[in-house]
Amino acid sequence: MTYDRIKTPFICLSIVLITLFSPIFVQASSEEGKKFEPGQFIIEHITDSYGWHIAGEGEHAIGISLPIILIDNGTPVVFMSGKFHHGHAAYKGYALGFTPETKGKIVKLGGTHSGYTGTLEEGTSYEIDTNASLIDFSITKNVCSLFISIILLIFIFLSVAKQYKRRDGMAPKGLQSLLEPVILFIRDEVVIPSIGEKKYEKFLPYLLTLFFFILINNMMGLIPVFPGGANLTGNITITGILAIITFFITSFSSNKNYWKHIFNTPGVPWWLKIPIPLMPLVEIIGIFTKPFVLMVRLFANISAGHIIILGFICLVFIFGGMSPALGYGVSAVSIFFYLFMGLLELIVAFVQAFVFTLLTSLYIGLAMEEGHEEAHEEHHAPMSIEKE
Amino acid sequence: MDLLTPSIGLIFWMLIGFGILFFILAKYAWPIITKSISERERKIENQLSEAAKAREEMKNLKSEHQALLIQAKDERDQILADARKIRDKLYEESKEKAYQEAQLIVEEARNAIHFEKMKAMTEIKNEIANMSIEIAEKVLQKELSDKTQQEKLVNEWIKELNFN
Repeated sequence: MTYDRIKTPFICLSIVLITLFSPIFVQASSEEGKKFEPGQFIIEHITDSYGWHIAGEGEHAIGISLPIILIDNGTPVVFMSGKFHHGHAAYKGYALGFTPETKGKIVKLGGTHSGYTGTLEEGTSYEIDTNASLIDFSITKNVCSLFISIILLIFIFLSVAKQYKRRDGMAPKGLQSLLEPVILFIRDEVVIPSIGEKKYEKFLPYLLTLFFFILINNMMGLIPVFPGGANLTGNITITGILAIITFFITSFSSNKNYWKHIFNTPGVPWWLKIPIPLMPLVEIIGIFTKPFVLMVRLFANISAGHIIILGFICLVFIFGGMSPALGYGVSAVSIFFYLFMGLLELIVAFVQAFVFTLLTSLYIGLAMEEGHEEAHEEHHAPMSIEKE
Repeated sequence: MDLLTPSIGLIFWMLIGFGILFFILAKYAWPIITKSISERERKIENQLSEAAKAREEMKNLKSEHQALLIQAKDERDQILADARKIRDKLYEESKEKAYQEAQLIVEEARNAIHFEKMKAMTEIKNEIANMSIEIAEKVLQKELSDKTQQEKLVNEWIKELNFN
């Protein structure tokens, strides 16, 4: 009983502590850097990578080697990313891209170096086999983080479901009482008002999954070390897929009224529809801009948060490069701002998950609406949030 | 890796991963959680309304009880008042009766006294008459020995008798 009660604050506390010490980890990683490039540093941190870098740089780097899965002209090739030695080596003719166009991708070496395994010497020119069709299914940092969050979510909610089964009809306890208000909030404040009392039940499981998926990945992105730190919800692929799912659900659950509203918008003068279908065109574009905006909003918000936090940390090294004393002086200010941003990002993590879920359920609700009167009223609700 | 271009690998793993996540949660977690939450809500609502109903009933019962109490009190008062009235009436009646009986007794007594008195008077009268006759006999026997004397006496008596 006491264990359950302690567990939740303990998790929160450990997240805060890890967040607090994160600048130390980062500091360690650039101790021996030659010339510090903040832009490259930040982009490397918010984009995907083949290995999971933890600390250190160059030869002393500590990281997790992740599997690389390639389909090379139909034949699968699997090996660990550690073989690349952070771009300093080739393995079986595959190497990390070194030209500006191929940077961050895997290339197949051609010509004399095809099938080459060994270090890539600086100054030597390597030929790239441009005809090779490489399909990259590697378990990258983001994929790995995705799996971790999925396992975490399944573990959390299966155990909560078990608790509900075991303590049927009783007051919630432990993890259950942490999550129940959130589940109720999503159900009562987001899904039911948007979709309506009658039809909401069909969509609730998806919307709850969506909300908690975004929330947990946002939060994990704020943890600077291993299980977290990947910028998953700040990745356009992830947000794009979520937005496309929203688009499909909206389109498939739509009724006649929704399409009538698009092709023959009521309350609009006829000359806007015939001979040039201006309004229908605008409405059709609207179908696609809605999920597009969803995708960009989540991507931009989370990436921006990461960029700002990394920017504050970069300040330490920029000033440290000028003089060590200045670096230490700035680090105090930086850590303060970092803390402030971290707390702000914690709010953003929740708000963005909430907004994505709210807009998805609003779009579903709009697609299933019967009358016209409420349609216009509810249309205004997301507008205020969309400015976010 | 690029910031703005989606990568096939991530799309692939995301679709699989998210699909599995949704499938597992939608099958084993959300139905149980949402069902037990709504069931508990319904249960709490029912219990609240039942409690309200019970309270209402209690109130009714209490007022009924009170009404009953008041009625009982009224009845008791009524009974007491009736009893008092009956008692008073009985008292009055018995008093009247006693008075009448006493009156009757007194009347009877008076009648008896009167009767007795009359009887005694008659007796006394008879006695006096007898005695008078005896005395008169004696006197006459003595007086009538002398003739003048007799006359004188008769006259006297006649005179006296007239006065009587």
